[in-house]
Amino acid sequence: MTEEEKLKRFNALIEQDEKIEPKDWMPDAYRKTVLRQMTQHAHSEVIGMQPEGNWVLRAPTLRAKKILLAKIQDEGGHGLYLYSAAETLGMDRSEMIQQLHEGKAKYSQIFNYPTLNWADIGAIGWLVDGAAIVNQVSLQRTSYGPYSRAMVRICKEESFHQRQGYEIMATMMNGTEAQKEMAQDAMNRWWWPSLMMFGPSDKDSWHTQESMQWKIKRASNDDLRQKFIDKTVDQAYVIGLTVPDKDLKFNETSKHWEIGAINWDEFWNVVKGNGLCNHKRIAHHIKYHNEGQWVRQAVLAYSEKINAMQSATSL
Amino acid sequence: MENKNDQLPLWEVFIQKGGSPFKHEGSIHASDKNMALQNARDIYTRRGEGRLIWVVPSSSIAATTVEEEAEFFDPADDKIYRHPTFYKMPEGAKNI
Ligand SMILES: [Fe+2]
Ligand SMILES: [Fe+2]
Repeated sequence: MTEEEKLKRFNALIEQDEKIEPKDWMPDAYRKTVLRQMTQHAHSEVIGMQPEGNWVLRAPTLRAKKILLAKIQDEGGHGLYLYSAAETLGMDRSEMIQQLHEGKAKYSQIFNYPTLNWADIGAIGWLVDGAAIVNQVSLQRTSYGPYSRAMVRICKEESFHQRQGYEIMATMMNGTEAQKEMAQDAMNRWWWPSLMMFGPSDKDSWHTQESMQWKIKRASNDDLRQKFIDKTVDQAYVIGLTVPDKDLKFNETSKHWEIGAINWDEFWNVVKGNGLCNHKRIAHHIKYHNEGQWVRQAVLAYSEKINAMQSATSL
Repeated sequence: MENKNDQLPLWEVFIQKGGSPFKHEGSIHASDKNMALQNARDIYTRRGEGRLIWVVPSSSIAATTVEEEAEFFDPADDKIYRHPTFYKMPEGAKNI
Protein backbone atom coordinates (compact mmCIF):
# COMPACT_ATOMS: atom_id res chain seq x y z
CA MET A 1 0.00 0.00 0.00
CA THR A 2 1.25 3.51 -0.77
CA GLU A 3 1.22 6.19 1.92
CA GLU A 4 -1.75 7.75 0.23
CA GLU A 5 -3.73 4.49 0.29
CA LYS A 6 -2.86 3.99 3.94
CA LEU A 7 -4.13 7.43 4.81
CA LYS A 8 -7.29 6.76 2.82
CA ARG A 9 -7.90 3.53 4.71
CA PHE A 10 -7.25 5.28 8.04
CA ASN A 11 -9.69 8.07 7.21
CA ALA A 12 -12.29 5.53 6.12
CA LEU A 13 -12.01 3.69 9.44
CA ILE A 14 -12.48 6.96 11.32
CA GLU A 15 -15.37 7.92 9.08
CA GLN A 16 -17.17 4.62 9.74
CA ASP A 17 -16.68 4.93 13.50
CA GLU A 18 -14.38 1.89 13.50
CA LYS A 19 -11.55 1.61 16.02
CA ILE A 20 -7.90 2.19 15.17
CA GLU A 21 -5.82 -0.68 16.59
CA PRO A 22 -2.15 -0.62 17.69
CA LYS A 23 -0.72 -2.29 14.56
CA ASP A 24 -2.81 -0.23 12.13
CA TRP A 25 -1.15 2.48 10.14
CA MET A 26 -1.88 5.93 11.57
CA PRO A 27 -0.64 9.46 10.87
CA ASP A 28 2.23 10.51 13.13
CA ALA A 29 0.22 13.39 14.55
CA TYR A 30 -2.61 11.01 15.49
CA ARG A 31 -0.21 8.67 17.27
CA LYS A 32 1.37 11.58 19.10
CA THR A 33 -1.94 13.09 20.17
CA VAL A 34 -3.43 9.81 21.42
CA LEU A 35 -0.22 8.94 23.23
CA ARG A 36 -0.06 12.36 24.89
CA GLN A 37 -3.69 12.17 25.96
CA MET A 38 -3.41 8.61 27.32
CA THR A 39 -0.22 9.22 29.30
CA GLN A 40 -1.60 12.49 30.66
CA HIS A 41 -4.75 10.65 31.68
CA ALA A 42 -2.72 7.82 33.29
CA HIS A 43 -0.55 10.25 35.24
CA SER A 44 -3.69 12.05 36.47
CA GLU A 45 -5.15 8.82 37.89
CA VAL A 46 -1.91 8.04 39.71
CA ILE A 47 -1.13 11.54 41.03
CA GLY A 48 -4.82 11.83 42.00
CA MET A 49 -4.26 9.18 44.67
CA GLN A 50 -2.15 11.63 46.70
CA PRO A 51 -4.74 14.23 47.79
CA GLU A 52 -7.09 11.40 48.84
CA GLY A 53 -4.33 9.37 50.49
CA ASN A 54 -3.83 12.39 52.72
CA TRP A 55 -7.05 11.44 54.58
CA VAL A 56 -6.86 7.64 54.85
CA LEU A 57 -5.42 7.70 58.37
CA ARG A 58 -7.85 10.40 59.48
CA ALA A 59 -11.08 9.03 57.99
CA PRO A 60 -13.84 9.52 60.60
CA THR A 61 -15.07 5.89 60.69
CA LEU A 62 -13.86 2.44 59.71
CA ARG A 63 -16.55 2.36 57.01
CA ALA A 64 -15.29 5.64 55.58
CA LYS A 65 -11.70 4.41 55.66
CA LYS A 66 -12.51 1.17 53.82
CA ILE A 67 -14.44 3.05 51.15
CA LEU A 68 -11.65 5.57 50.67
CA LEU A 69 -9.04 2.81 50.39
CA ALA A 70 -11.14 0.97 47.79
CA LYS A 71 -11.58 4.15 45.79
CA ILE A 72 -7.88 4.98 45.84
CA GLN A 73 -7.06 1.42 44.78
CA ASP A 74 -9.43 1.83 41.83
CA GLU A 75 -7.63 5.02 40.79
CA GLY A 76 -4.30 3.17 40.85
CA GLY A 77 -5.92 0.52 38.67
CA HIS A 78 -7.19 3.18 36.26
CA GLY A 79 -3.66 4.50 35.95
CA LEU A 80 -2.41 1.00 35.11
CA TYR A 81 -5.14 0.34 32.49
CA LEU A 82 -4.15 3.58 30.82
CA TYR A 83 -0.40 3.01 30.99
CA SER A 84 -0.95 -0.39 29.42
CA ALA A 85 -3.12 1.20 26.70
CA ALA A 86 -0.34 3.74 26.06
CA GLU A 87 2.26 0.98 25.88
CA THR A 88 0.44 -0.47 22.86
CA LEU A 89 1.83 2.46 20.88
CA GLY A 90 5.36 1.34 21.67
CA MET A 91 6.38 3.78 24.36
CA ASP A 92 8.21 2.25 27.31
CA ARG A 93 6.63 2.88 30.70
CA SER A 94 9.97 4.02 32.14
CA GLU A 95 9.93 6.79 29.59
CA MET A 96 6.42 7.83 30.60
CA ILE A 97 7.44 8.02 34.25
CA GLN A 98 10.57 9.91 33.32
CA GLN A 99 8.53 12.48 31.38
CA LEU A 100 6.29 12.93 34.40
CA HIS A 101 9.26 13.44 36.70
CA GLU A 102 10.88 15.92 34.34
CA GLY A 103 7.66 17.90 33.94
CA LYS A 104 7.44 17.08 30.21
CA ALA A 105 4.18 15.18 30.68
CA LYS A 106 1.26 16.89 32.38
CA TYR A 107 -1.49 15.61 34.63
CA SER A 108 -4.82 17.20 35.51
CA GLN A 109 -4.40 20.59 37.20
CA ILE A 110 -7.04 19.62 39.77
CA PHE A 111 -4.67 17.44 41.78
CA ASN A 112 -2.45 20.40 42.61
CA TYR A 113 -5.00 21.66 45.13
CA PRO A 114 -4.66 20.57 48.77
CA THR A 115 -7.24 18.53 50.74
CA LEU A 116 -7.70 20.62 53.88
CA ASN A 117 -10.61 18.97 55.68
CA TRP A 118 -12.66 15.76 55.52
CA ALA A 119 -15.33 17.41 53.38
CA ASP A 120 -12.65 17.81 50.69
CA ILE A 121 -12.78 14.02 50.26
CA GLY A 122 -16.52 14.37 49.69
CA ALA A 123 -16.00 17.24 47.26
CA ILE A 124 -13.37 15.30 45.29
CA GLY A 125 -15.59 12.25 44.85
CA TRP A 126 -18.66 14.26 44.02
CA LEU A 127 -17.15 17.07 41.89
CA VAL A 128 -13.78 15.84 40.62
CA ASP A 129 -14.89 12.28 39.87
CA GLY A 130 -18.22 13.68 38.68
CA ALA A 131 -16.40 15.83 36.13
CA ALA A 132 -14.07 12.97 35.20
CA ILE A 133 -17.06 10.69 34.57
CA VAL A 134 -18.69 13.14 32.13
CA ASN A 135 -15.42 13.27 30.21
CA GLN A 136 -14.78 9.52 30.36
CA VAL A 137 -18.27 8.50 29.31
CA SER A 138 -17.73 10.51 26.16
CA LEU A 139 -14.26 8.99 25.66
CA GLN A 140 -15.68 5.46 25.64
CA ARG A 141 -16.32 6.24 21.95
CA THR A 142 -12.80 7.48 21.24
CA SER A 143 -11.32 6.16 17.99
CA TYR A 144 -8.23 4.48 19.46
CA GLY A 145 -9.28 0.92 20.41
CA PRO A 146 -7.17 0.28 23.54
CA TYR A 147 -8.03 3.74 24.92
CA SER A 148 -11.72 3.17 24.31
CA ARG A 149 -11.67 -0.24 26.03
CA ALA A 150 -9.83 1.20 29.04
CA MET A 151 -12.52 3.89 29.28
CA VAL A 152 -15.34 1.33 29.24
CA ARG A 153 -13.73 -0.51 32.13
CA ILE A 154 -13.03 2.70 34.04
CA CYS A 155 -16.57 4.02 33.64
CA LYS A 156 -17.97 0.84 35.20
CA GLU A 157 -15.90 1.56 38.31
CA GLU A 158 -16.42 5.31 38.52
CA SER A 159 -20.04 5.59 39.53
CA PHE A 160 -19.33 4.41 43.08
CA HIS A 161 -16.64 7.10 43.35
CA GLN A 162 -19.08 9.88 42.69
CA ARG A 163 -21.77 8.43 44.92
CA GLN A 164 -19.53 7.96 47.94
CA GLY A 165 -18.41 11.59 47.59
CA TYR A 166 -21.96 12.89 47.35
CA GLU A 167 -22.89 10.77 50.37
CA ILE A 168 -20.11 12.40 52.42
CA MET A 169 -21.35 15.87 51.42
CA ALA A 170 -24.99 14.98 52.16
CA THR A 171 -24.09 13.52 55.55
CA MET A 172 -22.15 16.63 56.52
CA MET A 173 -24.95 18.92 55.33
CA ASN A 174 -27.22 16.99 57.72
CA GLY A 175 -24.78 17.41 60.58
CA THR A 176 -23.73 20.16 62.99
CA GLU A 177 -23.23 23.81 62.00
CA ALA A 178 -19.46 23.22 61.96
CA GLN A 179 -19.86 20.26 59.61
CA LYS A 180 -22.11 22.27 57.28
CA GLU A 181 -19.52 25.01 57.21
CA MET A 182 -16.80 22.54 56.30
CA ALA A 183 -18.89 21.13 53.47
CA GLN A 184 -19.65 24.59 52.09
CA ASP A 185 -16.00 25.58 52.42
CA ALA A 186 -14.95 22.52 50.42
CA MET A 187 -17.61 23.35 47.81
CA ASN A 188 -16.29 26.92 47.56
CA ARG A 189 -12.74 25.75 46.96
CA TRP A 190 -13.42 22.82 44.58
CA TRP A 191 -16.26 24.12 42.40
CA TRP A 192 -14.27 26.34 40.04
CA PRO A 193 -11.20 24.09 39.71
CA SER A 194 -13.59 21.23 38.84
CA LEU A 195 -15.10 23.29 36.02
CA MET A 196 -11.56 23.98 34.75
CA MET A 197 -10.90 20.23 34.48
CA PHE A 198 -12.64 20.22 31.09
CA GLY A 199 -9.89 22.45 29.73
CA PRO A 200 -9.92 25.85 28.05
CA SER A 201 -13.01 27.20 26.35
CA ASP A 202 -13.51 25.86 22.80
CA LYS A 203 -12.53 29.16 21.24
CA ASP A 204 -9.12 29.01 22.97
CA SER A 205 -8.43 25.30 22.64
CA TRP A 206 -6.18 24.63 19.68
CA HIS A 207 -6.08 20.87 20.30
CA THR A 208 -9.82 20.38 20.13
CA GLN A 209 -10.51 20.71 16.42
CA GLU A 210 -8.03 18.12 15.16
CA SER A 211 -8.87 15.77 18.02
CA MET A 212 -12.56 16.00 17.15
CA GLN A 213 -11.87 15.38 13.48
CA TRP A 214 -9.99 12.19 14.31
CA LYS A 215 -12.62 11.28 16.90
CA ILE A 216 -10.02 11.09 19.65
CA LYS A 217 -12.28 13.52 21.48
CA ARG A 218 -16.00 13.04 20.94
CA ALA A 219 -17.37 16.22 22.52
CA SER A 220 -15.98 19.71 23.00
CA ASN A 221 -14.66 21.06 26.31
CA ASP A 222 -17.53 23.53 26.65
CA ASP A 223 -20.25 20.98 25.87
CA LEU A 224 -18.88 18.53 28.43
CA ARG A 225 -18.52 21.31 31.01
CA GLN A 226 -22.16 22.33 30.46
CA LYS A 227 -23.32 18.76 30.92
CA PHE A 228 -21.50 18.59 34.25
CA ILE A 229 -22.86 21.95 35.42
CA ASP A 230 -26.48 21.07 34.65
CA LYS A 231 -26.21 17.78 36.49
CA THR A 232 -24.28 19.08 39.49
CA VAL A 233 -26.06 22.36 40.27
CA ASP A 234 -29.25 20.44 40.95
CA GLN A 235 -27.43 17.97 43.19
CA ALA A 236 -25.99 20.89 45.19
CA TYR A 237 -29.44 22.37 45.78
CA VAL A 238 -30.85 19.04 46.92
CA ILE A 239 -28.46 18.89 49.88
CA GLY A 240 -28.52 22.62 50.63
CA LEU A 241 -25.10 23.63 49.28
CA THR A 242 -24.65 27.03 47.66
CA VAL A 243 -22.85 27.17 44.33
CA PRO A 244 -20.13 29.83 44.77
CA ASP A 245 -21.08 31.81 41.66
CA LYS A 246 -23.14 35.00 42.05
CA ASP A 247 -23.80 35.10 38.29
CA LEU A 248 -25.25 31.60 38.11
CA LYS A 249 -28.70 31.61 36.52
CA PHE A 250 -31.05 29.22 34.79
CA ASN A 251 -31.78 30.05 31.18
CA GLU A 252 -35.46 29.20 30.64
CA THR A 253 -35.10 29.11 26.86
CA SER A 254 -32.04 26.89 26.57
CA LYS A 255 -32.89 24.97 29.77
CA HIS A 256 -29.24 25.21 30.83
CA TRP A 257 -27.54 26.74 33.84
CA GLU A 258 -25.34 29.70 32.86
CA ILE A 259 -22.23 30.35 34.93
CA GLY A 260 -20.13 33.44 35.55
CA ALA A 261 -16.66 33.91 34.06
CA ILE A 262 -14.05 31.23 34.77
CA ASN A 263 -10.73 32.55 36.03
CA TRP A 264 -8.47 31.14 33.31
CA ASP A 265 -5.45 32.94 34.74
CA GLU A 266 -5.69 30.67 37.75
CA PHE A 267 -5.96 27.62 35.47
CA TRP A 268 -2.86 28.49 33.43
CA ASN A 269 -0.96 29.42 36.55
CA VAL A 270 -1.57 25.96 38.03
CA VAL A 271 -0.87 24.21 34.71
CA LYS A 272 2.45 26.05 34.47
CA GLY A 273 3.51 24.66 37.82
CA ASN A 274 2.55 27.37 40.30
CA GLY A 275 -0.35 25.65 42.05
CA LEU A 276 -0.26 25.04 45.78
CA CYS A 277 0.88 21.41 45.49
CA ASN A 278 2.63 20.99 42.09
CA HIS A 279 6.04 20.61 43.61
CA LYS A 280 4.87 18.36 46.43
CA ARG A 281 3.04 15.95 44.11
CA ILE A 282 6.01 15.34 41.83
CA ALA A 283 8.55 15.25 44.66
CA HIS A 284 6.42 12.58 46.36
CA HIS A 285 6.22 10.48 43.19
CA ILE A 286 9.96 10.68 42.55
CA LYS A 287 10.77 9.80 46.15
CA TYR A 288 8.65 6.63 46.26
CA HIS A 289 9.56 5.60 42.73
CA ASN A 290 13.25 5.74 43.64
CA GLU A 291 12.72 4.09 47.00
CA GLY A 292 11.06 1.17 45.20
CA GLN A 293 14.13 0.64 43.03
CA TRP A 294 15.71 -2.00 45.29
CA VAL A 295 12.44 -3.96 45.39
CA ARG A 296 12.29 -4.14 41.59
CA GLN A 297 15.92 -5.23 41.48
CA ALA A 298 15.36 -7.84 44.18
CA VAL A 299 12.32 -9.46 42.54
CA LEU A 300 14.12 -9.60 39.20
CA ALA A 301 17.17 -11.23 40.81
CA TYR A 302 14.86 -13.70 42.53
CA SER A 303 13.05 -14.66 39.32
CA GLU A 304 16.39 -15.13 37.52
CA LYS A 305 17.56 -17.43 40.28
CA ILE A 306 14.32 -19.47 40.21
CA ASN A 307 14.49 -19.74 36.41
CA ALA A 308 18.09 -20.91 36.58
CA MET A 309 17.20 -23.54 39.19
CA GLN A 310 14.25 -24.79 37.14
CA SER A 311 16.24 -25.12 33.94
CA ALA A 312 18.99 -26.93 35.88
CA THR A 313 16.57 -29.53 37.26
CA SER A 314 14.81 -30.04 33.93
CA LEU A 315 18.08 -31.01 32.21
CA MET B 1 18.49 9.59 34.38
CA GLU B 2 18.12 7.29 37.34
CA ASN B 3 14.80 5.67 36.49
CA LYS B 4 15.53 4.66 32.89
CA ASN B 5 14.28 1.20 31.88
CA ASP B 6 13.57 -0.06 35.35
CA GLN B 7 10.18 -1.60 34.66
CA LEU B 8 9.45 -5.27 35.29
CA PRO B 9 8.68 -7.51 32.27
CA LEU B 10 5.33 -7.14 30.50
CA TRP B 11 2.65 -9.88 30.65
CA GLU B 12 -0.65 -10.18 28.80
CA VAL B 13 -3.70 -11.05 30.89
CA PHE B 14 -6.56 -13.35 29.81
CA ILE B 15 -9.59 -13.94 32.01
CA GLN B 16 -12.47 -16.40 31.79
CA LYS B 17 -15.89 -15.74 33.17
CA GLY B 18 -18.74 -18.28 33.23
CA GLY B 19 -18.67 -20.57 30.22
CA SER B 20 -17.16 -18.00 27.87
CA PRO B 21 -13.74 -18.33 26.22
CA PHE B 22 -10.74 -16.65 27.82
CA LYS B 23 -10.67 -13.00 26.83
CA HIS B 24 -7.69 -10.68 26.58
CA GLU B 25 -8.14 -7.97 29.22
CA GLY B 26 -4.91 -5.98 29.07
CA SER B 27 -1.40 -6.22 30.41
CA ILE B 28 0.56 -5.88 33.64
CA HIS B 29 4.18 -5.77 34.75
CA ALA B 30 5.64 -8.51 36.97
CA SER B 31 8.92 -10.27 37.66
CA ASP B 32 7.55 -13.85 37.63
CA LYS B 33 4.38 -15.89 37.08
CA ASN B 34 3.17 -15.72 40.65
CA MET B 35 3.48 -11.97 40.79
CA ALA B 36 1.90 -11.75 37.33
CA LEU B 37 -1.14 -13.74 38.52
CA GLN B 38 -1.49 -11.68 41.69
CA ASN B 39 -1.13 -8.37 39.86
CA ALA B 40 -3.63 -9.50 37.22
CA ARG B 41 -6.06 -10.41 40.00
CA ASP B 42 -5.61 -7.03 41.72
CA ILE B 43 -5.88 -4.98 38.54
CA TYR B 44 -8.53 -6.84 36.55
CA THR B 45 -10.79 -8.74 38.97
CA ARG B 46 -11.58 -6.44 41.90
CA ARG B 47 -15.32 -6.92 41.31
CA GLY B 48 -15.65 -10.56 40.40
CA GLU B 49 -14.85 -10.10 36.70
CA GLY B 50 -13.75 -13.74 36.49
CA ARG B 51 -12.30 -16.66 38.43
CA LEU B 52 -9.72 -18.06 36.01
CA ILE B 53 -6.69 -16.11 34.87
CA TRP B 54 -3.99 -16.84 32.31
CA VAL B 55 -0.85 -14.71 32.15
CA VAL B 56 1.60 -14.94 29.26
CA PRO B 57 4.88 -13.06 28.82
CA SER B 58 4.13 -10.54 26.05
CA SER B 59 7.36 -11.51 24.32
CA SER B 60 6.05 -15.10 23.92
CA ILE B 61 3.05 -14.10 21.84
CA ALA B 62 3.25 -14.65 18.09
CA ALA B 63 0.95 -12.40 16.11
CA THR B 64 -0.15 -11.85 12.53
CA THR B 65 0.91 -8.53 11.06
CA VAL B 66 -1.06 -5.94 9.18
CA GLU B 67 1.40 -6.05 6.26
CA GLU B 68 0.87 -9.78 5.72
CA GLU B 69 -2.82 -9.66 6.46
CA ALA B 70 -4.13 -9.83 2.89
CA GLU B 71 -1.90 -12.72 1.83
CA PHE B 72 -2.26 -14.61 5.09
CA PHE B 73 -6.04 -14.71 5.11
CA ASP B 74 -6.39 -15.01 1.35
CA PRO B 75 -7.14 -18.79 1.36
CA ALA B 76 -10.50 -18.22 3.04
CA ASP B 77 -11.54 -15.26 0.95
CA ASP B 78 -12.85 -17.16 -2.10
CA LYS B 79 -14.64 -20.05 -0.39
CA ILE B 80 -18.13 -18.72 -0.13
CA TYR B 81 -19.46 -22.31 -0.17
CA ARG B 82 -18.40 -22.46 3.48
CA HIS B 83 -21.43 -20.33 4.32
CA PRO B 84 -24.97 -21.74 4.47
CA THR B 85 -26.32 -18.86 2.40
CA PHE B 86 -24.37 -20.25 -0.59
CA TYR B 87 -26.86 -23.10 -0.98
CA LYS B 88 -30.17 -22.98 -2.79
CA MET B 89 -33.08 -24.43 -0.89
CA PRO B 90 -35.76 -26.23 -2.89
CA GLU B 91 -39.03 -24.36 -3.03
CA GLY B 92 -41.26 -25.25 -0.05
CA ALA B 93 -38.50 -26.82 2.10
CA LYS B 94 -38.50 -25.44 5.65
CA ASN B 95 -35.35 -24.95 7.79
CA ILE B 96 -33.14 -28.00 7.83
FE1 LIG C 1 -10.26 7.18 37.92
FE1 LIG D 1 -12.53 7.93 40.24
